[in-house]
Amino acid sequence: MLVLEKNSLSEEIGKLVDLYGKDRSSLLPILQGIEKNHKYISDFAQQEVARLLDIHPVEVYSVVTFYSFLTHKPMGRNVVRLCQTITCDMFGKEAVAKAIERELGIKFGETTKDKSVTLEYANCLGMCDQGPAMLVNDQVYSHLTPEKAIEILEKLK
Amino acid sequence: MENKVKREGAVIFSEYNRGDAVKKAISIGREDVLFELKESKLRGRGGAGFPTSTKWMLTAAAKSDKKYVICNADEGEPGTFKDRVLLLEYPELVFDGMVVGGYAIGAKEGIVYLRGEYEYMLKSLQDYLEEMRKDNLLGKDILGKKGFDFDIIIRLGSGAYVCGEETALIESLEGHRGEARNRPPFPVNTGLNGKPTTVNNVETFASVAHIVTKGGSWYSQHGTDKSTGSKLFSVSGDCKKPGVYELPWGTTINELLKIVEADNTKAVQVGGASGLCISKSQFDRQLGYEDLGTGGSIMVFNESRNMLHVLKNFMEFFVEESCGQCTPCRIGNVKLLEGVEMIEKGEYTFNYINKLKELGETMRISSKCGLGQSSPNPFISILENFKEEIFNNGKGGK
Repeated sequence: MLVLEKNSLSEEIGKLVDLYGKDRSSLLPILQGIEKNHKYISDFAQQEVARLLDIHPVEVYSVVTFYSFLTHKPMGRNVVRLCQTITCDMFGKEAVAKAIERELGIKFGETTKDKSVTLEYANCLGMCDQGPAMLVNDQVYSHLTPEKAIEILEKLK
Repeated sequence: MENKVKREGAVIFSEYNRGDAVKKAISIGREDVLFELKESKLRGRGGAGFPTSTKWMLTAAAKSDKKYVICNADEGEPGTFKDRVLLLEYPELVFDGMVVGGYAIGAKEGIVYLRGEYEYMLKSLQDYLEEMRKDNLLGKDILGKKGFDFDIIIRLGSGAYVCGEETALIESLEGHRGEARNRPPFPVNTGLNGKPTTVNNVETFASVAHIVTKGGSWYSQHGTDKSTGSKLFSVSGDCKKPGVYELPWGTTINELLKIVEADNTKAVQVGGASGLCISKSQFDRQLGYEDLGTGGSIMVFNESRNMLHVLKNFMEFFVEESCGQCTPCRIGNVKLLEGVEMIEKGEYTFNYINKLKELGETMRISSKCGLGQSSPNPFISILENFKEEIFNNGKGGK
């Protein structure tokens, strides 16, 4: 990482700390902010958060690795999360999953080469009456068919 | 996304205007708010069914410079989506309920813990709170009542089912891993930041808004003796009309299946993945704390479904979502899932499966929080109620 990049990331984290407060209870909102902007929380970012909140970096790492929406490995610019829980499964999740894998040329848990999409499974998204459902970043899509899912993904490019 | 409620009953969806409950609460006073709540016999709508008035009275009685009202909107139980509909379509009920909570227990801060998956609601909810501030339903000296200050902030979760457990939720708000705490002490005494805290479900707050406005006895005339009022059911699976239904407690499974137009039903999972799976012979059972208490998740399975596959899906869910803190849950769920896979492959002995059922019983009594205490429920109930299908007619071997 370049010194310039480090400086700008430090500055950005400093702003998040100012916004949410220099308190342990601000840890999640701060990490969520970094995740949103950078699609992951790098080792350096974790250390910076720890320094500014005056806690041990391992505390930050422990929290990052606990929550499935916080990641310490780089994600794609868009994160697609397909619901794998039972009702979505019953109404065609598998066909949607296969279509997405074919179209993007990656498996679940992977990121496309151009870093545009990371594909993941999620547990129940609370759309059980309208499955199969998926989240694309923070937007939810329901009543998916293979065709409809691909149409949505096309728009991301 | 569609959020239309499929059946609006006489309680939750009865007439209500923003601020009604807050006005009424201020006019009758703290003690009478708690009295009406006691009179209503309302029990927590998240699933556990703890009497709400007891929780609030304990928090109200606790002496502290700071107290908190937390709305648990970490709706993660598979098959549950009523809170999504309440928050998007009826935020006035939820937020007014929280304001009344703040008034009754003497808290100035309210926090909505919204699951990360529902981030798309954040903007509209924040806009709504802003409107309430303009109307002086939030902020300082609410509706002119001197000294009654209360405001609500929204905090997002980050994709952890276990944070729906109230002490794990509090840990998460404090910036920690969402690992449940030992109870006691309970949050009513030692909650967020060590201060007295009441944590209630979204639907509980919505019920409170009606109870305070219309009276505890109005509420308790609905439903049954021990399960008063009505309940929102999130119905999904094999039926023609999935969605949110408000039904009085005491409705039987058979009646519910008729309402949602389900045919050829083989099994109904009551209470989500952590609930019970019942078969046809038990469809005359009643929804309610006397019999089948639930947070409202109803998943319907017809004759075409493979129940072992359903069970496997649930156990995979628990293996992923166990926080890993206590051994019975961390390892027990993995063992139960392995057992399901053994049955799937046809490589099992009844002796071992019975041992796993015993393990399930052990998890029920020895896990630290509700997750591990309830995750053996589908394992035990599906293997028991569908043993013909799973073990005797060969379907399980596929």
